[in-house]
Amino acid sequence: MSDLALKSNGAPAAAADDARAATVAPRVDVLETENEFLLLADLPGVRPGDVDVRFEQGELTVHGRRTAAEGKRRALLGEYGGANFHRVFSVTDTVAADRIEADLKNGVLTVRLPKIEAVKPRKIAVRG
Amino acid sequence: MNRVRNPFNALFNEVTTVQDEVARLFGRVNPFAATAPGGPPLNVWEDDHALYVEADLPGLDPAALDVTVTEGNQLTIQGERAAPEIHGAVWVRQERPAGRFTRAVTLPALVDADKVEAVYADGVLKLTLPKHEAAKPRKVQVKAGQ
Repeated sequence: MSDLALKSNGAPAAAADDARAATVAPRVDVLETENEFLLLADLPGVRPGDVDVRFEQGELTVHGRRTAAEGKRRALLGEYGGANFHRVFSVTDTVAADRIEADLKNGVLTVRLPKIEAVKPRKIAVRG
Repeated sequence: MNRVRNPFNALFNEVTTVQDEVARLFGRVNPFAATAPGGPPLNVWEDDHALYVEADLPGLDPAALDVTVTEGNQLTIQGERAAPEIHGAVWVRQERPAGRFTRAVTLPALVDADKVEAVYADGVLKLTLPKHEAAKPRKVQVKAGQ
Protein backbone atom coordinates (compact mmCIF):
# COMPACT_ATOMS: atom_id res chain seq x y z
CA MET A 1 0.00 0.00 0.00
CA SER A 2 1.31 3.43 -0.82
CA ASP A 3 0.90 6.41 1.45
CA LEU A 4 -2.08 8.04 -0.18
CA ALA A 5 -3.57 10.80 1.88
CA LEU A 6 -7.11 9.96 2.82
CA LYS A 7 -8.53 13.30 3.78
CA SER A 8 -11.79 13.95 5.50
CA ASN A 9 -11.40 17.50 6.76
CA GLY A 10 -11.47 19.54 3.58
CA ALA A 11 -7.70 20.09 3.57
CA PRO A 12 -6.41 21.90 0.48
CA ALA A 13 -4.91 19.83 -2.29
CA ALA A 14 -1.14 19.32 -2.13
CA ALA A 15 -0.42 21.00 -5.45
CA ALA A 16 -2.38 23.36 -7.60
CA ASP A 17 -4.01 22.03 -10.73
CA ASP A 18 -2.45 22.78 -14.05
CA ALA A 19 -4.82 25.50 -15.21
CA ARG A 20 -4.28 24.64 -18.86
CA ALA A 21 -5.35 21.06 -18.37
CA ALA A 22 -8.90 19.96 -18.92
CA THR A 23 -10.73 18.18 -16.12
CA VAL A 24 -12.18 14.84 -17.07
CA ALA A 25 -14.02 12.12 -15.24
CA PRO A 26 -11.83 9.03 -14.98
CA ARG A 27 -13.24 5.70 -16.06
CA VAL A 28 -14.10 3.50 -13.13
CA ASP A 29 -15.07 -0.05 -12.30
CA VAL A 30 -17.02 -0.67 -9.11
CA LEU A 31 -17.42 -4.13 -7.66
CA GLU A 32 -19.25 -5.28 -4.57
CA THR A 33 -18.45 -8.31 -2.47
CA GLU A 34 -19.91 -9.49 0.80
CA ASN A 35 -17.33 -7.51 2.75
CA GLU A 36 -16.55 -4.41 0.72
CA PHE A 37 -16.99 -2.15 -2.25
CA LEU A 38 -14.00 -1.98 -4.58
CA LEU A 39 -13.47 1.03 -6.86
CA LEU A 40 -10.88 0.98 -9.65
CA ALA A 41 -10.18 4.23 -11.49
CA ASP A 42 -7.91 4.84 -14.49
CA LEU A 43 -5.60 7.77 -13.65
CA PRO A 44 -2.81 7.48 -16.24
CA GLY A 45 0.12 9.81 -15.69
CA VAL A 46 -0.82 10.60 -12.09
CA ARG A 47 1.91 9.97 -9.53
CA PRO A 48 1.02 8.61 -6.09
CA GLY A 49 1.64 12.02 -4.49
CA ASP A 50 -0.74 13.77 -6.87
CA VAL A 51 -3.98 12.03 -6.03
CA ASP A 52 -6.51 12.91 -3.34
CA VAL A 53 -9.08 10.43 -2.14
CA ARG A 54 -11.61 11.94 0.20
CA PHE A 55 -14.59 10.50 2.00
CA GLU A 56 -16.88 13.03 3.56
CA GLN A 57 -20.55 12.85 4.50
CA GLY A 58 -21.17 9.81 2.37
CA GLU A 59 -19.37 11.21 -0.67
CA LEU A 60 -16.24 9.69 -2.11
CA THR A 61 -14.18 12.19 -4.11
CA VAL A 62 -11.32 11.13 -6.36
CA HIS A 63 -9.04 13.85 -7.70
CA GLY A 64 -5.80 13.35 -9.60
CA ARG A 65 -3.43 15.82 -11.22
CA ARG A 66 -1.09 15.15 -14.08
CA THR A 67 1.49 17.50 -15.49
CA ALA A 68 1.60 18.12 -19.19
CA ALA A 69 4.61 16.98 -21.20
CA GLU A 70 7.43 19.44 -21.69
CA GLY A 71 6.97 21.98 -24.42
CA LYS A 72 10.39 22.23 -26.03
CA ARG A 73 9.57 19.70 -28.69
CA ARG A 74 7.46 20.22 -31.76
CA ALA A 75 4.08 18.55 -31.45
CA LEU A 76 3.20 16.41 -34.43
CA LEU A 77 0.11 14.60 -33.19
CA GLY A 78 -1.95 15.43 -30.13
CA GLU A 79 -4.80 13.04 -29.55
CA TYR A 80 -5.19 13.85 -25.87
CA GLY A 81 -4.16 16.64 -23.54
CA GLY A 82 -2.85 16.80 -20.03
CA ALA A 83 -5.90 16.24 -17.90
CA ASN A 84 -6.86 16.52 -14.28
CA PHE A 85 -9.17 13.80 -13.10
CA HIS A 86 -12.16 14.44 -10.88
CA ARG A 87 -15.17 12.37 -9.93
CA VAL A 88 -17.51 12.19 -6.98
CA PHE A 89 -19.67 9.28 -5.84
CA SER A 90 -22.27 9.08 -3.14
CA VAL A 91 -21.74 5.91 -1.19
CA THR A 92 -24.17 4.05 1.00
CA ASP A 93 -23.90 4.71 4.72
CA THR A 94 -23.00 1.08 5.32
CA VAL A 95 -19.32 1.80 4.58
CA ALA A 96 -16.83 1.93 7.44
CA ALA A 97 -15.29 5.32 6.68
CA ASP A 98 -12.33 4.86 9.03
CA ARG A 99 -11.17 1.69 7.29
CA ILE A 100 -11.14 2.93 3.67
CA GLU A 101 -7.86 2.17 1.90
CA ALA A 102 -6.47 3.58 -1.35
CA ASP A 103 -3.56 2.52 -3.50
CA LEU A 104 -2.24 3.87 -6.82
CA LYS A 105 -0.21 1.60 -9.06
CA ASN A 106 0.56 1.86 -12.78
CA GLY A 107 -1.97 4.64 -13.17
CA VAL A 108 -4.84 2.68 -11.62
CA LEU A 109 -6.32 3.81 -8.32
CA THR A 110 -7.80 1.08 -6.14
CA VAL A 111 -10.09 2.16 -3.30
CA ARG A 112 -11.37 -0.44 -0.86
CA LEU A 113 -14.47 0.57 1.10
CA PRO A 114 -15.18 -2.07 3.75
CA LYS A 115 -18.76 -2.53 4.85
CA ILE A 116 -19.66 -2.06 8.48
CA GLU A 117 -20.09 -5.29 10.41
CA ALA A 118 -23.84 -4.88 10.84
CA VAL A 119 -24.59 -5.20 7.12
CA LYS A 120 -22.36 -8.16 6.34
CA PRO A 121 -24.28 -11.29 5.52
CA ARG A 122 -24.43 -13.75 8.37
CA LYS A 123 -25.20 -17.38 8.25
CA ILE A 124 -27.82 -18.20 10.82
CA ALA A 125 -27.68 -21.65 12.33
CA VAL A 126 -31.03 -23.34 12.44
CA ARG A 127 -31.59 -25.40 15.50
CA GLY A 128 -33.46 -28.59 14.98
CA MET B 1 -26.86 17.88 2.39
CA ASN B 2 -28.80 14.68 2.75
CA ARG B 3 -29.50 12.44 -0.15
CA VAL B 4 -32.46 10.12 -0.19
CA ARG B 5 -31.33 6.74 -1.29
CA ASN B 6 -33.03 5.41 -4.36
CA PRO B 7 -34.72 2.23 -3.15
CA PHE B 8 -34.19 0.52 -6.48
CA ASN B 9 -30.43 0.91 -6.81
CA ALA B 10 -28.14 3.59 -5.50
CA LEU B 11 -25.69 2.00 -3.13
CA PHE B 12 -22.90 3.58 -5.12
CA ASN B 13 -23.94 6.57 -7.16
CA GLU B 14 -22.37 9.18 -9.35
CA VAL B 15 -22.52 12.76 -8.11
CA THR B 16 -20.44 14.62 -10.68
CA THR B 17 -21.94 14.63 -14.10
CA VAL B 18 -22.17 18.31 -14.92
CA GLN B 19 -18.42 18.70 -15.23
CA ASP B 20 -18.26 15.77 -17.59
CA GLU B 21 -21.07 17.20 -19.71
CA VAL B 22 -19.33 20.58 -19.88
CA ALA B 23 -16.09 18.94 -20.88
CA ARG B 24 -17.90 17.07 -23.62
CA LEU B 25 -19.53 20.27 -24.79
CA PHE B 26 -16.14 21.83 -25.33
CA GLY B 27 -14.79 18.83 -27.12
CA ARG B 28 -12.65 17.62 -24.24
CA VAL B 29 -12.96 13.92 -23.96
CA ASN B 30 -11.62 11.28 -21.68
CA PRO B 31 -8.13 10.45 -22.93
CA PHE B 32 -8.80 6.75 -22.59
CA ALA B 33 -12.21 6.84 -24.26
CA ALA B 34 -11.02 5.83 -27.70
CA THR B 35 -8.87 2.98 -26.49
CA ALA B 36 -10.89 -0.04 -27.45
CA PRO B 37 -10.86 -1.34 -30.06
CA GLY B 38 -8.77 1.18 -32.00
CA GLY B 39 -5.94 1.25 -29.51
CA PRO B 40 -4.81 4.03 -27.23
CA PRO B 41 -4.69 7.69 -28.32
CA LEU B 42 -1.16 8.92 -28.95
CA ASN B 43 0.77 12.11 -28.50
CA VAL B 44 3.78 12.51 -30.77
CA TRP B 45 6.55 15.11 -30.64
CA GLU B 46 9.82 15.53 -32.46
CA ASP B 47 13.06 17.42 -32.25
CA ASP B 48 16.12 17.27 -34.48
CA HIS B 49 17.30 14.01 -32.97
CA ALA B 50 14.28 11.89 -32.19
CA LEU B 51 10.56 11.28 -32.21
CA TYR B 52 8.76 10.97 -28.89
CA VAL B 53 5.54 9.00 -28.52
CA GLU B 54 3.33 8.79 -25.43
CA ALA B 55 0.26 6.67 -24.82
CA ASP B 56 -2.00 6.39 -21.78
CA LEU B 57 -2.18 2.71 -20.89
CA PRO B 58 -3.15 2.46 -17.22
CA GLY B 59 -3.07 -0.84 -15.39
CA LEU B 60 -0.95 -2.86 -17.75
CA ASP B 61 1.65 -5.46 -17.02
CA PRO B 62 4.72 -4.12 -18.89
CA ALA B 63 5.48 -7.71 -19.89
CA ALA B 64 2.16 -7.77 -21.77
CA LEU B 65 3.17 -4.71 -23.83
CA ASP B 66 4.61 -5.26 -27.26
CA VAL B 67 6.23 -2.38 -29.14
CA THR B 68 7.64 -2.97 -32.62
CA VAL B 69 9.13 -0.80 -35.35
CA THR B 70 9.27 -2.25 -38.84
CA GLU B 71 10.51 -0.80 -42.13
CA GLY B 72 11.98 2.12 -40.21
CA ASN B 73 8.72 3.98 -39.72
CA GLN B 74 5.88 1.58 -38.91
CA LEU B 75 5.22 1.72 -35.18
CA THR B 76 2.93 -0.84 -33.59
CA ILE B 77 1.87 -0.90 -29.94
CA GLN B 78 0.07 -4.03 -28.81
CA GLY B 79 -0.99 -5.26 -25.44
CA GLU B 80 -3.64 -6.75 -23.28
CA ARG B 81 -5.30 -5.52 -20.12
CA ALA B 82 -6.88 -8.08 -17.86
CA ALA B 83 -10.32 -7.38 -16.41
CA PRO B 84 -10.43 -7.43 -12.61
CA GLU B 85 -11.38 -10.84 -11.30
CA ILE B 86 -12.55 -10.90 -7.74
CA HIS B 87 -14.13 -14.02 -6.37
CA GLY B 88 -17.78 -13.61 -5.53
CA ALA B 89 -17.92 -9.96 -6.65
CA VAL B 90 -20.89 -8.32 -8.33
CA TRP B 91 -20.35 -5.56 -10.89
CA VAL B 92 -21.88 -2.23 -9.87
CA ARG B 93 -20.25 -0.23 -12.66
CA GLN B 94 -17.98 -1.27 -15.51
CA GLU B 95 -16.38 1.43 -17.66
CA ARG B 96 -12.72 0.51 -17.93
CA PRO B 97 -11.88 -1.29 -21.17
CA ALA B 98 -10.22 -4.68 -21.00
CA GLY B 99 -8.83 -7.11 -23.52
CA ARG B 100 -6.40 -6.91 -26.42
CA PHE B 101 -5.65 -3.70 -28.28
CA THR B 102 -3.44 -2.71 -31.20
CA ARG B 103 -2.41 0.71 -32.40
CA ALA B 104 -0.33 1.11 -35.54
CA VAL B 105 0.91 4.40 -36.97
CA THR B 106 3.26 5.48 -39.72
CA LEU B 107 5.95 7.72 -38.26
CA PRO B 108 6.78 10.93 -40.14
CA ALA B 109 10.51 10.10 -40.24
CA LEU B 110 12.73 7.04 -40.46
CA VAL B 111 13.95 5.92 -37.02
CA ASP B 112 16.76 3.70 -35.83
CA ALA B 113 14.76 0.66 -34.70
CA ASP B 114 17.69 -0.78 -32.71
CA LYS B 115 17.92 2.27 -30.47
CA VAL B 116 14.26 2.73 -29.57
CA GLU B 117 13.70 3.14 -25.83
CA ALA B 118 10.42 2.30 -24.14
CA VAL B 119 9.58 3.22 -20.55
CA TYR B 120 6.34 2.40 -18.77
CA ALA B 121 5.62 4.43 -15.63
CA ASP B 122 2.47 5.59 -13.83
CA GLY B 123 0.34 3.96 -16.52
CA VAL B 124 1.92 5.90 -19.38
CA LEU B 125 4.08 4.36 -22.11
CA LYS B 126 6.82 6.71 -23.31
CA LEU B 127 8.85 5.91 -26.41
CA THR B 128 12.00 7.65 -27.58
CA LEU B 129 12.75 6.83 -31.20
CA PRO B 130 16.09 8.25 -32.40
CA LYS B 131 15.91 9.39 -35.99
CA HIS B 132 17.84 7.53 -38.63
CA GLU B 133 20.94 9.41 -39.76
CA ALA B 134 19.36 10.02 -43.17
CA ALA B 135 16.35 11.67 -41.53
CA LYS B 136 18.27 14.12 -39.36
CA PRO B 137 18.47 17.73 -40.48
CA ARG B 138 21.90 18.69 -41.72
CA LYS B 139 23.40 22.10 -41.68
CA VAL B 140 25.03 22.81 -45.01
CA GLN B 141 28.15 24.89 -44.90
CA VAL B 142 28.05 27.64 -47.47
CA LYS B 143 31.47 28.46 -48.82
CA ALA B 144 32.32 31.86 -49.99
CA GLY B 145 32.88 32.00 -53.75
CA GLN B 146 36.15 33.19 -55.23
